[in-house]
Amino acid sequence: MPTREKTQLLSAAQTGRTIERLGHEIVEKTGEKHGIALIGIRRRGVPLAQRLASTIRAATGAEVPIGVLDITLYRDDLSLVAAHPVVQSNDISFSVDDRDLILVDDVLFTGRTIRAAINGLFDLGRPRRVQLCVLVDRGHRELPIEAAYVGRRVETRPEDVVEVHLKEIDGEDRVLIERAAAQAEP
Amino acid sequence: MSFILRHLLGTESLSRDELAFLLDQSRAFQGIQKQPLKKLATLRGKSVVLAFFETSTRTRISFGTAAARLGADTMNLQAESSSTQKGESLSDTVRTLEAMKPDVIVIRHAASGAPHFIAERLGIPVVNAGDGLHEHPTQGLLDALTISDRLGRLDNLNFTIVGDIRHSRVARSNIHVLSKFGCRTTLCGPAMWLPPEMSCIAPNVRIEPRLEEALRDAHIVMVLRVQTERLREPALPADEYIRLYQMTPARLALARPDAVLMHPGPMIRGLEIDPAVADSPQSAVLEQVTNGVAVRMAVLYLLAGGAPSAGASPAGSAAD
Repeated sequence: MPTREKTQLLSAAQTGRTIERLGHEIVEKTGEKHGIALIGIRRRGVPLAQRLASTIRAATGAEVPIGVLDITLYRDDLSLVAAHPVVQSNDISFSVDDRDLILVDDVLFTGRTIRAAINGLFDLGRPRRVQLCVLVDRGHRELPIEAAYVGRRVETRPEDVVEVHLKEIDGEDRVLIERAAAQAEP
Repeated sequence: MSFILRHLLGTESLSRDELAFLLDQSRAFQGIQKQPLKKLATLRGKSVVLAFFETSTRTRISFGTAAARLGADTMNLQAESSSTQKGESLSDTVRTLEAMKPDVIVIRHAASGAPHFIAERLGIPVVNAGDGLHEHPTQGLLDALTISDRLGRLDNLNFTIVGDIRHSRVARSNIHVLSKFGCRTTLCGPAMWLPPEMSCIAPNVRIEPRLEEALRDAHIVMVLRVQTERLREPALPADEYIRLYQMTPARLALARPDAVLMHPGPMIRGLEIDPAVADSPQSAVLEQVTNGVAVRMAVLYLLAGGAPSAGASPAGSAAD
């Protein structure tokens, strides 16, 4: 086992502030004219979307609808992963037709999750526009996908692991990065 | 919880937790039945053999629809029920199926235990779509899903089945599912279709020949189809059956006011069921059909969705 070290990328306070900033950015860029809706990608995209919605509510008084998307059935690696990932329901109680949607996820990496999410969304209807908001963009895209709203960009190596902890799921707010130890001595 | 499903041969051998997991996965697929676009690509490139050695339209179409909605291809192998009776050996059947190199085999066979025989000999997941008088597990699951949708729970319900219990694999699969959730089953029907040993197949099963008694306090009333050819052995005139056992509004009123009325289909209106009951708000017959597709999608997904030689690993662990 190569030694790996974990370092903190964002503290609890920084995580909270970053999410809040993202909420304000969404307000600035979308204004209040169009009915936007947030779509949280299971799992950690969901509490993130809820927090963004409460920031938007505090800033504008507008209630932004939140949907929940499960992308398991749209994954392109189902035949590669061991066992069967548990499928969960989508929970989107509004029509996505002609809506401005913002997909919300914790980490943007290869872009494959987002590809799956876009496929899932289009099975539900025809949104007017789909944008992406992520807490951390760690690079290494394998698809032409970019986020309109990024909390923090970080340089990583493909084998590094970025861990997002959120109060609602993990009991604490924190972003950690576990880097593989340098392979060669200087 | 999550567990690795290798085959779905019956509900008897599944634990309560395993059944609850299968129902939970089926719920995720219920949502897809309501989407504008119901077709997924999840099982693209996989193939499902539908081997029906006994005539069936509804179950075959339901499995076919489930496979199609997951993007899998289906191959139909339909043998006349008479040809199996003429003696095609199950081993030959197994070889035929294997030669098609499918990812899942769905089999209906007149011989009880045929799917188990095949599952033991092939390294391919097998789904029992009805074997003789033994089991019809996806029906048991879809009925449980329908009940929990209607009543909001599955635990500790009173479950009454009326009709030809002896020849009903649907009854058996249902009893095995519901008894795991602590339900109490009451079986009712003509004595010739009510073998006393049925009360021993699971806990809390009793036989009650008097229909009025059997219906009292029932949360679920399941009416089984009368196969008219079976009325001849021994003789029971159809009008006698109607007089004694047909589910009428007056009889259904003896059950709880919110009782769910179920029928595995196809219904014969005017024989085992009064049309007024079949079309009443208490009837969940069409929900059963819709849920059948969701349950079968879940089962096919669980059997064919993972890697071919999937080992145990925490489900849903990998994602970017």
